Amino acid sequence: MPTPAISVKDLHKSFGDFEAVKGVDFEVATGEVFGFLGPNGAGKTTTINMLCTLTRPTSGNAEVAGFDVATARDDVRRHIGLVFQDQTLDGYLSAEQNLRLHAELYGVEKAAVKPRMEQVLRMVGLWERRDSQVLTFSGGMRRRLEIARGLMHSPRVLFLDEPTIGLDPQTRASIWGYIRQLQRSEEITIFMTTHYMDEAEFCGRIVIMDHGEIVALDTPAALKEAVGADRIRIETDDDERAIAELAERFGLEATVSEGAVSFAVADGEEFVPRLFAELDVPIRSVNLSRPTLDDVFMSHTGTTIRDAEESAAKNRNRAVMQAMVGRR
Amino acid sequence: MSDATIPATAAPGAPAPPPTVAVHVPPRSWRSELRAIKIVWRRELIRFQKDRMRIVTALVQPLLFLFVLGSGLQQLSAASTHGVELKTFIYPGVLCISVMFTAMFSAASIVWDREFGFLREMMVAPVRRSSIVVGKVFGGATVASLQGVILLALAWTVHVPYSVGLVLGVFALQLLLAFSITAFGVMVAARIKQMQSFMGVMQMIVTPMFFISGALFPTAELPGWLAFLNRIDPITYAVAPMRTLIFANLDISAEAHQALNPPITWFGWDVPVALQIFTVFALGMVMLAIAIAEFSAGE
Repeated sequence: MPTPAISVKDLHKSFGDFEAVKGVDFEVATGEVFGFLGPNGAGKTTTINMLCTLTRPTSGNAEVAGFDVATARDDVRRHIGLVFQDQTLDGYLSAEQNLRLHAELYGVEKAAVKPRMEQVLRMVGLWERRDSQVLTFSGGMRRRLEIARGLMHSPRVLFLDEPTIGLDPQTRASIWGYIRQLQRSEEITIFMTTHYMDEAEFCGRIVIMDHGEIVALDTPAALKEAVGADRIRIETDDDERAIAELAERFGLEATVSEGAVSFAVADGEEFVPRLFAELDVPIRSVNLSRPTLDDVFMSHTGTTIRDAEESAAKNRNRAVMQAMVGRR
Repeated sequence: MSDATIPATAAPGAPAPPPTVAVHVPPRSWRSELRAIKIVWRRELIRFQKDRMRIVTALVQPLLFLFVLGSGLQQLSAASTHGVELKTFIYPGVLCISVMFTAMFSAASIVWDREFGFLREMMVAPVRRSSIVVGKVFGGATVASLQGVILLALAWTVHVPYSVGLVLGVFALQLLLAFSITAFGVMVAARIKQMQSFMGVMQMIVTPMFFISGALFPTAELPGWLAFLNRIDPITYAVAPMRTLIFANLDISAEAHQALNPPITWFGWDVPVALQIFTVFALGMVMLAIAIAEFSAGE
């Protein structure tokens, strides 16, 4: 069996009393698109920083591209590409100069610099703009240039920290296009964090992280299946009677929300014909929805990702307050 | 967010993707460290070259000292300069000030780099932090000396005759001073992360050092407290050799030499020029070492 691109065993990270990552284990196979999902403050960034050798683990170990992140820092760095949330380009230099600088810092063979640069710039559609100062680029162009730069040294693993955050839908779509293209054309593993649930769907497998722990790890489809229930919304002529009948005949608990009767049921597609046949209340419309990753997140953490973020922010503030009070 | 449609394949009509160029990155070696130093150094030069405004604005202050102060105070000082124009006297000091303030701005670029995120790109590269810091310091020093060369072109306006030795000597001294000041600035930048505080601290330290150094006055017969401050000011040991070098090219009386370019003394001992130069160099190296240690220890 080939060595996994990333292999993490019982990884911990504490900052003082605060345990940001509480022992995580996972493996990522070569060629996978692996998504890391969770609210802000869940430990995603700390984990990615440990894998990129930017933060030292408190305990446990992690190997990236076959090298230990703690003991073979430079070997790890040579084999990974990084695209951060915040931009790290030199705005005064041209696109080409930024890439060249990167190639020199990473020691890319001189003869390979030019062809590789052309390839990555063409991929992100910036080849024609290679001589323009980066200052003149839009936010989306900069992000695309950062992705191109992260690929300059043919990394084995490309880390993307919230690669599509704050971008317009078109740019987000094209970034996903590059990821697909990369998967086909290079032997590269992509490790990304996101808190867009709809984007996590495009990952091969995803991890859901909450409060420093992994709460779920599987393919998006399997995770959704595990949630089980589909959600059905019906509009009827008499909502109250419909709710009563649903409870009586099918043992389902339904509620009215936004003018429709809504309830959860396993195998929704098979249930709908029965619903029409057996319910005495006239139905005007029906809407069946599969569980989304939002539902998956909800079922594992008991909260939606938005609410989790709000409470995480509150917890952080509280932790900061406590730290300040404790120091006195 | 479902308005983002994700193409499963390349859009129709799009050009076929170019063939993959796989790149091999060799393990770290002294050669890769040299490449890193060189590219960080070159980046400073590229940025300097693109920033014409900075080249011009950095000239204002030295020119003010040289022509406004130099011409303005001429009458007051004429009696004691033994026929040497004040402009000529302060010219070596002005050569130093131009380098000092340019070097300070060069060092400030590391604070900008941090603020705009680019420092991170350099810090995560598979090279030693020391290579980044050395490249940065050399780059800043080179840029500052190039700025100094512009002032060297003004030597004729203050009646300093050119010679090959003068030009090379001035350039070498400027490079040395620029190196030490940049190393100092980078050392400070490792700790102070906001631009305003950085410039404040640098101004607070560098401006007094410049005034105390004797760039604008002879260092003999100073009041005790000023003489003491003057001798512990590192810039003194850059200004004095610069003045000695310029004066060696002038045709002036022995009295003028004695009055305007007295030897630097430590408790009555004449400090040799070589030791003065070495002092500046040694301090620069110490600060470079501290800067490297600071940046290597950080995240």
